[in-house]
Amino acid sequence: MLKDITLGQYFPGNTPAHKLDPRTKILLVMLYIIALFCAGSFVAYGLMALTLAVCVRISRVGLRALVRGLKPVLFIIIFTGVLNLFFTPGARDLWAWGPFHITDTGLRNAAFMVLRIMLLIMGTFLMTYTTSPIALTDGLERLLNGLKRFHVPVHELAMMMSIALRFIPTLIEETDKIMSAQKARGADFESGNLLQKARAMIPILVPLFISAFRRADELATAMECRCYHGGEGRTKLHVLKYERRDYLALTFGAVILALVIALRAFGL
Amino acid sequence: MESILQVKNLTHTYGIGTPFQRSAVEDVSFDVQPGEFLGIIGHTGSGKSTLIQHLNGLLRPTAGQVLLDGRDIWEAPKKIRDIRFQVGLVFQYPEYQLFEETVYKDIAFGPMNQGRTGDELDHAIREAARLAGVRDEHLEKSPFELSGGQKRRVALAGVLAMEPKVLVLDEPTAGLDPAGRENLMANIRDYHRNKGATVILVSHSMDEIARNADRILVLKSAHVLMSGPPAEVFARSEELLSAGLDVPQVTRVAMALRARGVNVDSAVYTAEALERELLALKRGGAPC
Repeated sequence: MLKDITLGQYFPGNTPAHKLDPRTKILLVMLYIIALFCAGSFVAYGLMALTLAVCVRISRVGLRALVRGLKPVLFIIIFTGVLNLFFTPGARDLWAWGPFHITDTGLRNAAFMVLRIMLLIMGTFLMTYTTSPIALTDGLERLLNGLKRFHVPVHELAMMMSIALRFIPTLIEETDKIMSAQKARGADFESGNLLQKARAMIPILVPLFISAFRRADELATAMECRCYHGGEGRTKLHVLKYERRDYLALTFGAVILALVIALRAFGL
Repeated sequence: MESILQVKNLTHTYGIGTPFQRSAVEDVSFDVQPGEFLGIIGHTGSGKSTLIQHLNGLLRPTAGQVLLDGRDIWEAPKKIRDIRFQVGLVFQYPEYQLFEETVYKDIAFGPMNQGRTGDELDHAIREAARLAGVRDEHLEKSPFELSGGQKRRVALAGVLAMEPKVLVLDEPTAGLDPAGRENLMANIRDYHRNKGATVILVSHSMDEIARNADRILVLKSAHVLMSGPPAEVFARSEELLSAGLDVPQVTRVAMALRARGVNVDSAVYTAEALERELLALKRGGAPC
């Protein structure tokens, strides 16, 4: 059951969306997020949704996988929606009951907020679905390279991120195993009140932490054995290079952002 | 005698409805008699681990049944915990499941979940520690101070303390040195003999299985390839080898001798039996 979690899971593929430089994809997602926050009308949101739909189509990622990514944040989406729906002051009350009001602005805001969160998450997930974690951290490292001048440990951060990502499935598997082992000794994770449930986690967490430390220790030794000494003078096996399609994609992203800003300027 | 544990046409399929759908166990049936020592052997990925997780209800079969004392263990899904107390399962590398401050408390985890208290609990813990070969002076130590082999004994004791009717062990000796292996197996053998307990041992090592099991179940890619007493199974050594499985070293020696024209029974699987065979041949004046 733990294996069902999709956390930035990568679906290998061979589409233009997969072949884009990871830096391009990170920049595109950033442009997309900026555009989402600039959007202020149904036309603009329609444009954003259309853009996402086109990208999804190109990437051939199943819509179902994308929607599944929304599940963990479903609560936040509903919460924001409800909050905006009932508690936005507005000119005209459509419906009121005690402290609850539904106003025309509230309706609009709620719709926009829900749309914004959904598009934001699906957009970011599209990136993680089409980019392997390694490529992603690689791209991030290159993008942030300039910060090295300000003594930001960019390489170390990127390395930490790739290690963390690499160990997520391992730890999930490990958790599964430990849970089974404790269940075999009669551990009960389902019944009892909150405190009892929290206490029931101890037999899982202690072994899990110990094994995480052990793994970290082993990995550090293994890295040192291969003479790892940080990013200084380290070269890449796969050097990232912008291609024609990257420029094309970035232009496309910029155009969409410009369009959204233009729409806003015209009050649409 | 009525079987204590029966597996009937058990199938387990992972990832139903996804592209990764795969049957880890398919149509597997076997019985276990009370007091029997059953060995299960098979390659990595042959479905051993999946199979044994059905025996105590950690996994629910996609199809088929597991019967304990003639009753389906999933008859009352809410009471599946009782089944886990009756069929004790020791996982692979069980030392990684230890979590308590002291060895004593860790062994107590299972029996306390059973609801035992007081003298009864204390007795169960000490008896289990003795059976698993955990030394008395270790009981008050932290499990994390112990060596790998000692930790494994503690984990074994943690399951034995529940006094299960059936003990299932998944590769209990993996990663131990030869002396540690033999010691642990000796403990398990003693437990089996003295308590008349039913033991199911999963292993990679044919030698270990050959030396201990009354009956062997050979799994190959989710199916039962063979099942029977060791002599019967090793009589089909050629088949085992062609299935990519090992045969005990002694059997291998016997097979090699046979290939060179020495008339020995190639189904022998213990050094003593081979010795007897060879001595008999010598006395009989056969070329040696």
